[in-house]
Amino acid sequence: MAVDDAHRASERVARESYGRLIALLAARTRDVAGAEDALGDAFAAALRTWPVDGVPENPDAWLLTAARRRQTDAIRKRQVRTAAEDQVKLIVNEIEAMADQRDAIPDRRLALMFACAHPAIDPGIRTPLILQTILGLTAEEIATAFLVPPKTMGQRLARAKTRIRDAGIPFQVPDQDELSDRLAAVLDAIYAAYTKGWNEASDDAGSELADEAIWLGRLIVSLLPDQPEAKGLLALMLYTTARRAARHEAGAFVPLERQDTNLWDRRLIALAEDLLHEANAAGPSGRYQIEAAIQSAHVARRLTGVANWAAVVALYDHLLALLDSPVVILNRAVARAELDGPHAALAELAPLEADRRMLAYQPYWAARGHLSSLAGDTASAAQALTVSIGLTTDEAVKRYLLGRLASLHGDPRMQE
Amino acid sequence: MRFMMLIHHDETALAAAPQKELWADYGAFNQALAKAEGSSTGLRLRPSSAATTVRQHDGKTDVLDGPYADTKEQFAGYFFVEAPSLDEAIAWAKRCPSSKYGSIEIRPVVDPTPGVKG
Repeated sequence: MAVDDAHRASERVARESYGRLIALLAARTRDVAGAEDALGDAFAAALRTWPVDGVPENPDAWLLTAARRRQTDAIRKRQVRTAAEDQVKLIVNEIEAMADQRDAIPDRRLALMFACAHPAIDPGIRTPLILQTILGLTAEEIATAFLVPPKTMGQRLARAKTRIRDAGIPFQVPDQDELSDRLAAVLDAIYAAYTKGWNEASDDAGSELADEAIWLGRLIVSLLPDQPEAKGLLALMLYTTARRAARHEAGAFVPLERQDTNLWDRRLIALAEDLLHEANAAGPSGRYQIEAAIQSAHVARRLTGVANWAAVVALYDHLLALLDSPVVILNRAVARAELDGPHAALAELAPLEADRRMLAYQPYWAARGHLSSLAGDTASAAQALTVSIGLTTDEAVKRYLLGRLASLHGDPRMQE
Repeated sequence: MRFMMLIHHDETALAAAPQKELWADYGAFNQALAKAEGSSTGLRLRPSSAATTVRQHDGKTDVLDGPYADTKEQFAGYFFVEAPSLDEAIAWAKRCPSSKYGSIEIRPVVDPTPGVKG
């Protein structure tokens, strides 16, 4: 048996319990790097002993005990004086109490996530930190996803962990009055992982990073069932994932309004609809609830055959009041074109022309090309589409845009 | 944890502030701070125009007129708080009237227990 079973048991624990064990080990000392070392040693010990002695009844408790012992040794080595002895004793007691409980290992992952997304942590490293501490992804894996050299990513992660330990960042779920602001940072970090994974997903192969983000979204919903925004985020991710199979055809990107609705995953859509319904019933709408609602309005096409553009535009109005972002202005304008025609939509883009951030923003130029072509302004359309092609790194999107550019020389409305 | 709270003032903004209200706010803040366990009211420094900076190199001593760095915000004073985590220290920084006229830098103090590496 042994070796295979031991490996399988370790893998299962790694997937399901890694973050749970790290959160427990780091909670008292706030030393995430130390907890990772201790747990790493415990995993190594498990791979040595489980094949011989068999997989223990409760692998989590076994690993926790081994890691705690290792952690205690490390603290003893550092703190030789009497003042530290009390702390060591306290930790030893904790191990024993924990080993007794066996089944009831407390879940402190939420506290760990709030520490990783604390306002005192650089926003750019929050997502990588959550991916590493909760899911156990390596610095190399995260570096690949974030297009950063592995060494740089490793250093940034290490710096952030040192900061958690030294700056006094707490491992706790914030009080009610702070919770929604702080939760927003945690949700943003998860959504950043999702969009990253989504943009890099190939034809029909899913993205591991997007799947991990959904897994984190489910975790948050299960740990904070009363937070409507958490449900909104999970719904949003499920809606877009449901359309994964429909967004590419013969290697070219297919825009939402032309996707074959039969290729959408009905089960995921139903899940998303339920979550959104629960979220809306529970409280006022936040950013993710509104974005999920926009997806829901798009998805209505599956049932009625026509998309509900009036609802989409109205929802973008809400979102704009909340976010005031050029990206929202852009998306709203594209939706408005479907209601009021391309000229009205182009007029809405006017304020973005002076926005320097738009110069290298590929969706901006693609939208301009799309709207100008609808308006019959072939020259402007060709120019904008060419810029957007130059800014695209995604091959499927490039193929789609090249098709649109070619069609301009025929009837500009043929594609619509 | 023990935190040293370093007050940096935008001296122009502070001079323009309604002085009576400002010092009344400060009086209340200091009283609240004095009641908090392990915390201590700090000291207020004279403005940066009164600062002198000394530096030694190659056996020579430079005595300079002015603060260490000539920036918009100047070191103006400090106080200490004892708090379980950064969050409570941030709450104290928000309560301090100076955070409206500059910034409060929060620095955890190294635990003086012998044998413990910082």
